[in-house]
Amino acid sequence: MSIFTRLLVALALVGAACSASADDLVARGHYLTVAGDCDSCHTARNGASFAGGHVVPTPFGAITAPNLTPDRETGLGGWTAEDFYRAMHSGKGHDGTSLYPAFPFTSYTKVTRADTDAIFAYLKTLPPVKLAPTEPALRWPYSMRSLMASWRLLYFDEGEYAPDSNQSAAWNRGAYLVQGLGHCNECHAPRNTFGAMVTDPFLAGGLVPVQNWYAPDLSMGPHGGLSGWTEADVVSLLKTGRSRKGTAFGPMADVVIRSTQHLDDADLAAMATYLKSLPERPAPRERESAADAVDLAKAGQKVYVDQCASCHAADGRGKGTAYPPLDGNSSVVEPTGINAIRIVLSGGFAPGTAANPRPYSMPPFSQSLSDDDAAAVVTYIRQAWSNKAPSVSPNDVRAYRSIPGG
Amino acid sequence: MRRLFRRLAVTVTAFFAMQAMAADTPPVPDTLVQRIAACTSCHGEHGEGGSNGFNPRLAGKPAGYLHRQMQDFQRGLRHYPIMEYTVGPLTDEYMREIAEYFSAQDVPYTLHDVPATSPAAMMRGEQLVTKGDAARGVPPCMACHGPNLTGVQPDIPGLVGLPYDYISAQLGSWRTNTRNTVAPDCMKTIVGRLSDADISAVSAWLAQRPVPADAHAEPAGSVSPPLRCGVLGAGT
Repeated sequence: MSIFTRLLVALALVGAACSASADDLVARGHYLTVAGDCDSCHTARNGASFAGGHVVPTPFGAITAPNLTPDRETGLGGWTAEDFYRAMHSGKGHDGTSLYPAFPFTSYTKVTRADTDAIFAYLKTLPPVKLAPTEPALRWPYSMRSLMASWRLLYFDEGEYAPDSNQSAAWNRGAYLVQGLGHCNECHAPRNTFGAMVTDPFLAGGLVPVQNWYAPDLSMGPHGGLSGWTEADVVSLLKTGRSRKGTAFGPMADVVIRSTQHLDDADLAAMATYLKSLPERPAPRERESAADAVDLAKAGQKVYVDQCASCHAADGRGKGTAYPPLDGNSSVVEPTGINAIRIVLSGGFAPGTAANPRPYSMPPFSQSLSDDDAAAVVTYIRQAWSNKAPSVSPNDVRAYRSIPGG
Repeated sequence: MRRLFRRLAVTVTAFFAMQAMAADTPPVPDTLVQRIAACTSCHGEHGEGGSNGFNPRLAGKPAGYLHRQMQDFQRGLRHYPIMEYTVGPLTDEYMREIAEYFSAQDVPYTLHDVPATSPAAMMRGEQLVTKGDAARGVPPCMACHGPNLTGVQPDIPGLVGLPYDYISAQLGSWRTNTRNTVAPDCMKTIVGRLSDADISAVSAWLAQRPVPADAHAEPAGSVSPPLRCGVLGAGT
């Protein structure tokens, strides 16, 4: 073999190795965008992938997610990996403007530079789509972007995830995913008047703004929202959309469909390991039930026997993998009662996933149950068996009658 | 003695295990009908339609059409909150299976009440359905939906046996941009050429029309649509 041939072969090998590692980087970047559920905001319904246009409703007005495809004029075509890291890590746009926290840089700041580089490399491979960004339609005074400086000072802790050397590699991986790309706390926490999420206690549950579903507390310890769940139950819910203890619905169904069902088993197990370590919660201070709650629950029991027990069982333990238990179900006993009210009114399918492609479903009862009957049955399931949650009223039901899904 | 005790223990355990199983019976049927209770509670177990004038009949409508409607709800092209919510979490293959189930159902039609309509309006309705209005570029409904208005495989729905409220609401929703589909949306073009009175007239005439015996969708290719329609594969 001549020197020249050898050189050619060597060059070809180096080239192949480079392109293999570039492919790996892009594949990893793609996986990370799935873990971050990026396209749930950056892809409009019926729109091109990552071309933006999805309107994110906030209590302060609508914010349209921008175009992440590499189009030079309207997307990230003019961005560098450094710019992208700054957006993810510091919440600053290409020109240095403060981004609004509808983009969860408050969580993404934990993501490592290596991972933002991989995501950026993947986004660069997308077909460029020309779709100009829509200016946020925020109400005054929130429309003054300068206010973000104070907001950031008060509510933004910039910094990559710092591994805890006292914990296992799996725990650290889980914490990194849950706190960072997974941005779980953006829903599973209350928000203050200025839309900032509460981070202490972490993942303690909260009402999702505007969408009005209650994202339950994720502690698996005593009094936690996932008390009684095992790590296998958590993995099952994230992988298949259902578990022995409950089924994903509302915004979480979307998260399972687009994001978590596609994650590696090891990553899901790591997330469960981390959640398992969340501290126990104080015993809930029970909201006073309405004075007529006993009568309401009694009336509700009749509705339950007639309409619900054939699937959820008289003892509230559900039926197999088809119908979830209501006894001890975090979405039945969450503080507001909103989830149970909305599911009774709207019913719906469990998420269709690779592991559960033909899910069972629940009929909507909005047309067959009056506000009184719906309030009665929801009060009943919140107080039957081992459940001890406050009652709900017909007025609570009325408020959610007209917004299925949301 | 110890062996007897052990046998007794096993028997007792087995008895209680059976009791526990009995408490869980009947098991959940592993059937599509059982799985799609969210659909059948409004549209009927065989897709016969609801009695309230709005939940349309699905039975016997071509599967391609039903599948397309679920896709359009899912993609936000066709708007109806409870339908968008219900089909939101479904895979495309599952929607196809559900569409095929309802398409294969063959149950009798029911006729619904029609609001009082003047004879002149009924005549206008009949004219639009059977002859169209060439002057305004409106083809007859029958040109696409079949000579018996029973639809055409695999993508064109039948218009018979539907309630007045449902038909008029659908025609109205093309006008208010709450029902869209893949371009070119020929129904949107046609509705744009109808007046409000025309919509009422067409809906009333279709709703009062007796359903022909043996009403089934016509075979594929049996009509030549006068307009280019995205839903029939004539996309731009």
